[in-house]
Amino acid sequence: MSFDVLAIREQFPILKRQVNGKPLVYLDNAATTQKPQCVIDAMVDYYSNSNSNVHRGAHFLADQATRGFENARDLIQQFLNAPKREEVIWTTGTTESINIVANGLRTLLSPGDEVIATEMDHHANLVTWQHACKEAGATLRTVPVTDAGELDQAAYESLLNNNTKFVAFPHVSNVLGTINPVKSMTEKAKKVNALVLVDGAQGAAHGWADVQDIGCDFYAFSAHKIYGPMGIGVLWGKTSVLESWPVWRTGGEMIATVTLQDATWNVLPYRFEAGTPNVGGAIAMGEAVRWFSELDQEAVLAHENALLAYATEQAEAFEGLTIIGNAKNKIGVLSFVLEQGHPADLGFLLDQQGIAIRTGDLCAQPLMSRFNVPGTARASFSIYNTFDDIDALFVALNKAKTMLS
Amino acid sequence: MSLPTTEEIIEDLTFFDDWEDKYKYIIDLGKQLPAFDDKWHTTERLVKGCQSNVWIQPGTEGDLLTFSVDSDAIIVRGLLGLVLAAFDHKTPKQIIDFDISAYFQALDLEKHLSPTRGNGLRSIVSRIQNIAQAAV
Repeated sequence: MSFDVLAIREQFPILKRQVNGKPLVYLDNAATTQKPQCVIDAMVDYYSNSNSNVHRGAHFLADQATRGFENARDLIQQFLNAPKREEVIWTTGTTESINIVANGLRTLLSPGDEVIATEMDHHANLVTWQHACKEAGATLRTVPVTDAGELDQAAYESLLNNNTKFVAFPHVSNVLGTINPVKSMTEKAKKVNALVLVDGAQGAAHGWADVQDIGCDFYAFSAHKIYGPMGIGVLWGKTSVLESWPVWRTGGEMIATVTLQDATWNVLPYRFEAGTPNVGGAIAMGEAVRWFSELDQEAVLAHENALLAYATEQAEAFEGLTIIGNAKNKIGVLSFVLEQGHPADLGFLLDQQGIAIRTGDLCAQPLMSRFNVPGTARASFSIYNTFDDIDALFVALNKAKTMLS
Repeated sequence: MSLPTTEEIIEDLTFFDDWEDKYKYIIDLGKQLPAFDDKWHTTERLVKGCQSNVWIQPGTEGDLLTFSVDSDAIIVRGLLGLVLAAFDHKTPKQIIDFDISAYFQALDLEKHLSPTRGNGLRSIVSRIQNIAQAAV
């Protein structure tokens, strides 16, 4: 197998459109990726042909919808290399996945217990733990980030102790693009018997979400950052941990038996899936990971690395530009500040030229403080981006710089 | 202070058919905006957006309401200049009666006032309108 970026682009209808009279150059992939036609078709097909509530109707469509829904769970299980399909919990996305874990953790922590998060985390993987620790009277510790934009591993080791009950870190930083050594960080946490959650929001799209290899207890990710639809995601958790983890929302599907005064909870995965699930979204998410997994992963990675290397080379030669985040292991993200303009100004002027990037604090205010910047401009790349897109970015950036000087 | 009037701004900005000229005008307006006293860069005066920050200091001159504003982004400063042209040194009634949406539509800049933009401009407009309401 090989990799033909133009053939890939053909599968993404949105890439054909124009913005502000210019061909769209979409470089905001860390916020959300675009969707290939097969994912859009899966969603449309579900609502056109199979729509029905799952697990409860004794009729043809209900069976078909349930089969599609559970088949999608199998696809996610394979994608994560998870030991059991019951460990795949459908959620609305990474944020809800993390909240399910934090909600349980809150009741399991005691004063004196410690939780470790990182200075690199986006708010969903930080504020949740702050909240859980405050309620339980536990202490939140954070792993600092080095000047290069890597997690300080020595500091991390020194934070771990017998009071450490829980550790959470991102697989890949949404701001810096840093690929964290999730396997070794998990191993270290396991030496003090802490539970580990890996925030895979930015990691899953690169195909490294092998939960058995990582050795973590929880892995959270969203469909929409890996070519799937919005509003659906997954919490994966080890059976041994999830089985006794406090329930989250209560209501239909997650219940086994009910009397007027009491209820018992359903088995995994349903005990965490209250209410009618996003069936069409789950089916389309399954299709997204199937589509992605069938690509030549080595070629995809080579393409993504080439894009980042090409963009970094141009950024380094661009006068007045400072790259934020120079980790040795990095993917998909070029965050920067420009002497001549605030990130928001760059965002406005690039938008006028058809270039979509993200600007601002990127939902990671502590990290912005760490690098002493008000925010960054972030170009983030996906498999359908080309060298031409990156050339267009720097031509547009040059124009913006001239206008702001 | 010599900011143009809203009529002049509409005339100037609708004259440009090129986005570059239009944004250069906004950038220049941002540069012309009277300096904001550094001691006013406080959290009470801050309207935090996720893309850029805006500060506002309201005051009065006789019957007129006055506003000093600042942003860390020059284009937002320019957009604030457009807002000040409508609201600064005006009576509360003039402020309440002014149709800011129609004005931004006439400038073809209404997207900057939309709630999806995290630049604080919309919040500043609401804050000025609330101050005017309270002063009637």
